[in-house]
Amino acid sequence: MKNYDIVVIGGGPAGLAAAIEAKKQGIKKVLVIERDIELGGILQQCIHNGFGVHIFKEELTGPEYAQRYINMAREENIELLMDTIVTSITKDKRVRATNCGGILDIQAKAIVLTMGCRERTRGACAIPGDRPSGVLTAGAAQRFINIEGYNVGKKVIILGAGDIGMIMARRIVLEGGEVIAVLARGNIVKGLTRNIVQCLDHYNIPLLMNHNIIEIKGKERMTSVVVAQTDERKDVIPGTEKEYECDTLLLSVGLIPENELSRQAGIIIDRKTSGPVVNESMETSVEGIFASGNVVHVHDVVDFVTEESCRAGRNAARYVKGEISAESEAMNVVVSGGLSYCVPHKIRLSAMPDKMDLFLRVEDIYPEAKIVIKNQGKELARFKKTHLTPGEMIKQTVVKALFKDCKGDLEITLEVEGGKK
Amino acid sequence: MYDIAIIGAGVIGSAVARELSRYKLKILVLEKELDACVGTSKANSGIVHAGYDPEKHTLMAKLNADGNKAYDKLAKELSVPFKRNGSLVVAFDDEQLAHIMKLYERGIENGIPKLRIIGHAELLKLEPNINPEAKGALLAETAGVVDPMLLTISLLENAVMNGAECKFDFEVKSITPENGGYTLKSDTESVSAKFVVNAGGVYSDKINDMVAPPRFKVNPRRGHYFLLDKSEEGIVKHTVFPCPTKIGKGILVAPTAHGNIILGPASDDIDDRENLGTSEDCLNLVRKGARLLVAKATTRNAIRVFAGMRAEPDTDDFIIEEAKGAKNFLNIAGIKSPGLTAMPAIAEYAVNLLKDMGLSLEKNKKFNPIVERSLFIDLSEKEQAKLIKKNPLYGRIICRCENITEGDIVDAVNRPMGATTVDGVKRRCRAGMGRCQGGFCGPKVQEILSRELNKPLDSVVLEKKSSFILTGKTK
Repeated sequence: MKNYDIVVIGGGPAGLAAAIEAKKQGIKKVLVIERDIELGGILQQCIHNGFGVHIFKEELTGPEYAQRYINMAREENIELLMDTIVTSITKDKRVRATNCGGILDIQAKAIVLTMGCRERTRGACAIPGDRPSGVLTAGAAQRFINIEGYNVGKKVIILGAGDIGMIMARRIVLEGGEVIAVLARGNIVKGLTRNIVQCLDHYNIPLLMNHNIIEIKGKERMTSVVVAQTDERKDVIPGTEKEYECDTLLLSVGLIPENELSRQAGIIIDRKTSGPVVNESMETSVEGIFASGNVVHVHDVVDFVTEESCRAGRNAARYVKGEISAESEAMNVVVSGGLSYCVPHKIRLSAMPDKMDLFLRVEDIYPEAKIVIKNQGKELARFKKTHLTPGEMIKQTVVKALFKDCKGDLEITLEVEGGKK
Repeated sequence: MYDIAIIGAGVIGSAVARELSRYKLKILVLEKELDACVGTSKANSGIVHAGYDPEKHTLMAKLNADGNKAYDKLAKELSVPFKRNGSLVVAFDDEQLAHIMKLYERGIENGIPKLRIIGHAELLKLEPNINPEAKGALLAETAGVVDPMLLTISLLENAVMNGAECKFDFEVKSITPENGGYTLKSDTESVSAKFVVNAGGVYSDKINDMVAPPRFKVNPRRGHYFLLDKSEEGIVKHTVFPCPTKIGKGILVAPTAHGNIILGPASDDIDDRENLGTSEDCLNLVRKGARLLVAKATTRNAIRVFAGMRAEPDTDDFIIEEAKGAKNFLNIAGIKSPGLTAMPAIAEYAVNLLKDMGLSLEKNKKFNPIVERSLFIDLSEKEQAKLIKKNPLYGRIICRCENITEGDIVDAVNRPMGATTVDGVKRRCRAGMGRCQGGFCGPKVQEILSRELNKPLDSVVLEKKSSFILTGKTK
């Protein structure tokens, strides 16, 4: 049995930031366990730029952004264990991992969960039709093209207007392939506006709103798909079916936080985010187990993952040093009126810093709206917002003084002027 | 010249090959696809039925009962997951109660042990998630679940270990009697054998018609399924059926041998024997049917949908007999449900028929019935540590959903009759069978196949000959 102060599970942007911050707070024995042979997580296959705009005020590529944190981690002398996978964790913070050297049993004082997320697959959305090759997730295609150096198809259709889908549309065109269209399954683009402009508009790739794939055809390799328009309930409008010849279908239909380990440890999972319920310190329902990044809720910008993970790392360090008193009662953060969730889910005033960011997401498009924070019916604050869309997470900074006399639930709601778009 | 050629590497062809490999024979298995278990055998419920369904005195009734009994030994010999989890046929009204009573009586006539009619209270105690409106059920304790893919592959692998040969990518296009035997031709190759077994599944009628007058027709029937994530494990422990109808046993909710939950099948008759596609209508029937039995059986955590092809004969029974006018040519056709269950008995029955037809059976003294296989994840901690020391590749987990290591995958490729395709790896060791459906491990499995088989990465296929995954190098 090996002993560590903090074990960070996952060496992507979240894990690296959490580990570096914990070390900076004076924690001696910090270990990062990464399943891949290199650190950086999914950033390593994101060779496009646009990373680091908030933190570094620069547009870095994914590998460049990752490298800055890998270098920092090495400078801080953090122990980095690659090509190693954690197979179980327990409530009392025992970690079991496996690698080519054998099986490792580790006792940690605190754990930070930063396992990221995985892509939804064809099976999860039950697209009918044949089962040929040529149907893959956008992320798998990205790995093949950017890491392995192989193309995945010549004539491609992309389902889901998520960020990876749009980025891959451009990537395929750059490799000489043809992208017939990117289909959005409703009237909302889940990805960032900048990706619509830079990846689709600039390359004349059609974006078809309210479309879905109703059949995949091809006995061996894919030969065509049948596409149809959908109504506001996302049901197919009969008579709008159209068949497109293509050899590849890329799916960008959502990301699912990877919480199999969290569940093993009995951590409570929020059905809305599919990630752990966390408090102001990014601590899960199990004391001393923290979580941050895409394992908690799917982010659209890596900079926010880094910021959130610094918070998790800092608080894991405080926990190890005995600086967090868990005595005060937590307020539940309850959202309503067009907000789909808020992270953190709980706030303990005793542990809250003077200033803190709330991460929120809306369910629909709102050109103009106000975020209103209330406690027991009394309004505490309101923040005016413009251009709210489900594809872009809202970061709202709040000060501790605001919640001075609060009791019970903290209610956050959206007040919409001019109705929804 | 081979002593015997078997057409089809599905569960029946593979089982017959294994059964014959107990004797000193030159055996050849011909398969049109690139691997065993690519047709009907790969996509079904994986249920080992108790045997109360088939009508008395049919071949199905006899072979179902005998086949079921043989499963414990067979699964153990071949290292295939098999569990006798028991089945329930649930009745919701008096008419259905009368029907399950009829099934019970038929089961007794068929000699099926451990059958019992249970009431509402006991049913809900056994399966707390079942629709509480259920009035009672037929409990069959001897029913089980098996991994039909690993079973089929292991049967053939064992036959190969014992000397049988396989030719994949060999689609039989013609069969002609020659020199007291038969010559079987594909587009590019020709082989000859003294005896022929037709285990051609949905094509078995066409294969019969190559040498004999048409006697039966096989109607392809599709069955649609949902496979749920292991997170749903435990919503039912038994295989739960509704009351059967004329067209089949209905949409079931069952655990798989690996701890997933399977829902289905919803069936439809189609013309195209290669059409393994799914249709939205049938998928909706599965959704509806499953929820009716078990409200918790929703498809929210589905990881895959698929359709399987069943060889529905126009006779009401299995067809296992020498073809009319074609001496030494044995048809094993129309093997619909409970074909998987009956398989061990079918193989034995077929070998006895071949003996009666004149095939000389001299014992192969070196016959070894055991296929040894263990996945890293199924070993004890001590064994795991030992295995990694011996071969460090067992310490590298490639498929994170099912915890399958690189050592497991390399073994799947390099063992007798090893995998040559991505799906072949999946069926042997489950890499890619989990919730991410190969999203993470697919590219790595492909790399391992490319490395171990020493062929270019972009020549590795998913399953069928032209199911390429990559289309050349990037710029």
